Amino acid sequence: MRGGLRVTGGMAAAWLLSACSGPQSALDPQGPHADNLARLFWIFTVISAVIWLAVMVVLVLGLARRVPNRLDPLALEPRAERRSLVVVGGAVVATALTVIALTALSYFSQRKLFARENPGVTVKVTGYQWWWDVRYESESPDRTFTTANEIYVPVGVPVTVKLTGYDVIHSFWVPSLTGKQDLIPGQDNEIQFVASRPGVYRGQCAEFCGWQHAHMGMFVVALPRPEFEAWAEAQRTPAARPEDAEGQKGAELFVSKACVMCHTIRGTSAGSRVGPDLTHFASRKSIASATLPMSRGNIAAWVVDPQGIKPGVNMPNVSIAADELDPLVSYLAGLR
Amino acid sequence: MTTFEKATHLDVRDTDLGQAELHARLLRTWRTGSSLLDRLSSVDHKVIGRRYIITAFAFLCLGGLSAMAMRMQLAQPEAKLIGPDLYNQLFTMHGTTMMFLFAVPVMEAFGVYLVPLMVGTRNIAFPRLNAFSYWVYLFGGAFLWISFMLKIGPDVGWFAYVPLSGPDFSPGKRTDVWAQMITFTEVSALAVAVEIIVTVFKLRAPGMTLDRIPLFVWSMLVTSFLIIFAMPAVMVASTMLILDRLVGTHFFNPAEGGDALLWQHLFWFFGHPEVYIIFIPATGMVSSIIAAFSRRPVFGYLPLVLSLIAVGFLSFGLWVHHMFVTGLPQLGASFFTASSMLIAVPNGIQIFCWLATLWDGKPIFKTPLLFVLGFFFIFVIGGLSGVMVASVPIDTQVHDTYFVVAHFHYVLIGGAVFPLIGALYYWFPKITGRLMDENLGRWNFWLAFIGFNVAFFPMHILGLQGMPRRVYTYLPEMGWGPLNLLASVGALLLFISFVLLLLNVMISVARGAIADDNPWDAGTLEWATSSPPAPYNFSRVPFVTHREPLWDNRDALPVVTGLSVDSRELISGTVTEAFPQHRESSPAPSIWPLLAAIAVGAAFVASIFTPWAVVWGSIPVAIALVGWFWPKDTPEDEK
Repeated sequence: MRGGLRVTGGMAAAWLLSACSGPQSALDPQGPHADNLARLFWIFTVISAVIWLAVMVVLVLGLARRVPNRLDPLALEPRAERRSLVVVGGAVVATALTVIALTALSYFSQRKLFARENPGVTVKVTGYQWWWDVRYESESPDRTFTTANEIYVPVGVPVTVKLTGYDVIHSFWVPSLTGKQDLIPGQDNEIQFVASRPGVYRGQCAEFCGWQHAHMGMFVVALPRPEFEAWAEAQRTPAARPEDAEGQKGAELFVSKACVMCHTIRGTSAGSRVGPDLTHFASRKSIASATLPMSRGNIAAWVVDPQGIKPGVNMPNVSIAADELDPLVSYLAGLR
Repeated sequence: MTTFEKATHLDVRDTDLGQAELHARLLRTWRTGSSLLDRLSSVDHKVIGRRYIITAFAFLCLGGLSAMAMRMQLAQPEAKLIGPDLYNQLFTMHGTTMMFLFAVPVMEAFGVYLVPLMVGTRNIAFPRLNAFSYWVYLFGGAFLWISFMLKIGPDVGWFAYVPLSGPDFSPGKRTDVWAQMITFTEVSALAVAVEIIVTVFKLRAPGMTLDRIPLFVWSMLVTSFLIIFAMPAVMVASTMLILDRLVGTHFFNPAEGGDALLWQHLFWFFGHPEVYIIFIPATGMVSSIIAAFSRRPVFGYLPLVLSLIAVGFLSFGLWVHHMFVTGLPQLGASFFTASSMLIAVPNGIQIFCWLATLWDGKPIFKTPLLFVLGFFFIFVIGGLSGVMVASVPIDTQVHDTYFVVAHFHYVLIGGAVFPLIGALYYWFPKITGRLMDENLGRWNFWLAFIGFNVAFFPMHILGLQGMPRRVYTYLPEMGWGPLNLLASVGALLLFISFVLLLLNVMISVARGAIADDNPWDAGTLEWATSSPPAPYNFSRVPFVTHREPLWDNRDALPVVTGLSVDSRELISGTVTEAFPQHRESSPAPSIWPLLAAIAVGAAFVASIFTPWAVVWGSIPVAIALVGWFWPKDTPEDEK
């Protein structure tokens, strides 16, 4: 019996732990904000579980009680009624007290969650159908730069993310760092988080935004400060001109085809802001908002058939001749 | 016939007639004829209520099928079964159908059928409006589903957030179909709400003072007030959306001084009470079933009634908890956390009173009670996860994830559908005259109970693992595959349980055991009528002496007499004491409500294509209404 209990308990614990895992879990906190939220979640969960169990126990005991047949449904015993009144009254008082306690817990946790510190890094994220424009702001304009679908942050430093929507409403959510916040056209929102440990944390749009809402992911990459600064410095530079002939042919193809109508590659004549900035495209971990891992093969697949991979995406299928694909992919894969 | 003869002829009262002649005369006065025109003209609340119930369950089938299609697509990562276009239509149709075409109408349907019986009158107030409301509802639902079949089904979610649903990001007619369907169903819901309020306030049998009103009737009364105050918000919102889309207004366009969040405020000001519009009638069903099957009156009548009213009031102060992550001021958000948690108190009172009733009673484990017990198990989980999402910080993690999907299915299926299925088993013998099969009922319950929990409990975990709502697929490396497969298996079980329910209904209608008037030995007035009730409900209007009249008067109910038997008459009384004041005539059948509904429906449908439809469409509507209200040569109209 006790062994059985232990096994059941062990299974329950294993199951609960497995619930915490996964690449995008809210219960695998990697920063103080997510930590605060996970703790509050577990407190609420335990209290709720106790209340639910209590209700079920009373229900089962009440149903199992031996009661004589009630031939006259209106024959009530005043003593039993008074006892019920006392018990129900007590339960109501207990409910009210629990509600007050939970409200207070929630309130203090909320204050902590929304407390603002001086940010070490400020990033402006704009939601597009279906990708994230990421702009690193700085007081000197020449030190700002733009990337997409990836946010690099230094470890242990408060990061402020300013949020707005370009077209429809999206929602910024990286569960292991903090809760979500909407990106709304015509409104500026803000969120702050700290990544306590170096790592790659996945996030995803949480507000339904149309056809490819399912494929609007992103990564937050937390690095030690020096590595972060090195990354930022590399991002500020314009794209290097390819040295090999194939890459150069690809660069020409890029600015002569429809690509240039939507994308920016700093250092070239491509300067449109409709699609993601591709200046350091190949330095990213993924293609198409965390949909495909970055690789030459996937670049080729995406360039040839974006509509097959993300149906409805705003990038059209551009006709690319057989001998054009390799140069174009070489060029893109060289944008490090 | 001279006027004098007519007058004396009209004045035959039920006072001294023998039972046989009384029945014959009342039947002639109240029955719905058998020709097609007669059927379409019917104003009998039972005929219309039955149509409402059947139609709502038909929409439940459609909504359920769309859910099954989604579960098949989500059963494995990157499945290619359904693409984003169809998937977005499916979840929009599922939500819209379940909320607007099933849950609210089915609760109203039971109200339309049962409230007049439970308060001891012969028809609902404004019976022609009742007929009109049914037709408008039917046309609105058909309009939505026909559009879906024609591949112009809406695809912006049942909440249709702007700007996604606005003219720039949702071209074509899909969103207009959705917005206009709202207008249809809201018109019909408002009409029913008015009928139920007036029926409860004015048509109660003499002696049914406020504190003798059955709890189900209280729940329908509170629900009707919620409808009247909540629905206009969404009608205004959907009309503004259609205007933005059709004639270029900018209510929701931030670039022109509009506000995208305004939509969310208006929608959820309706949307949260909506949940209680669905849940509160279910609490009335739970109270009825618990009283009958624990063999005693429900413990705590007064606290239960006050809780219903409190829930009704508080439900209007919660809407912002759907908007906690939109960047609202923190103090305001905290207020809505407090109010959202506060509603746990009156809901707790209800649960505790029912538990006390079951504790002291002698439970009889028939299918209706099984579904109510399932309700306790599931709804309490849903209520507690509701307390969690009411907390701003927790909501920032779980909002718009599968955790919330799990939460509101626990609340809506556990809190409303389980009691509803219980109610179907409970009142089926009254409606059809036959009992449903008890064995199939048990299979139905256990399959539904297990299937539901297997389908929806894993969704809590999926949400915490980061799975957002409304995604048509997910990547294999996210690790959400196994739990999604499990959820799909559970959904299949739940679906099979509904197939069993359908089978049980069909078998029982044809071959079920014949039910007597009061097969469960329940205490409320609907069980005093024959099964199924005669068109006139009560041969003589009962006089109510107790909250459970049939338990108080075991032999025969006291009655009041003096009503005409050759024209449709009811007793109308005072609001609080139900002290009889008038002999009120009740309108006779008429085809005009159907014609008016057709005219209104045509105008609504055409107006998504051109604003001029409002101008030209108003002419047939006006003609239909003139025809409707023109005095006819019936005894009812001549009085």
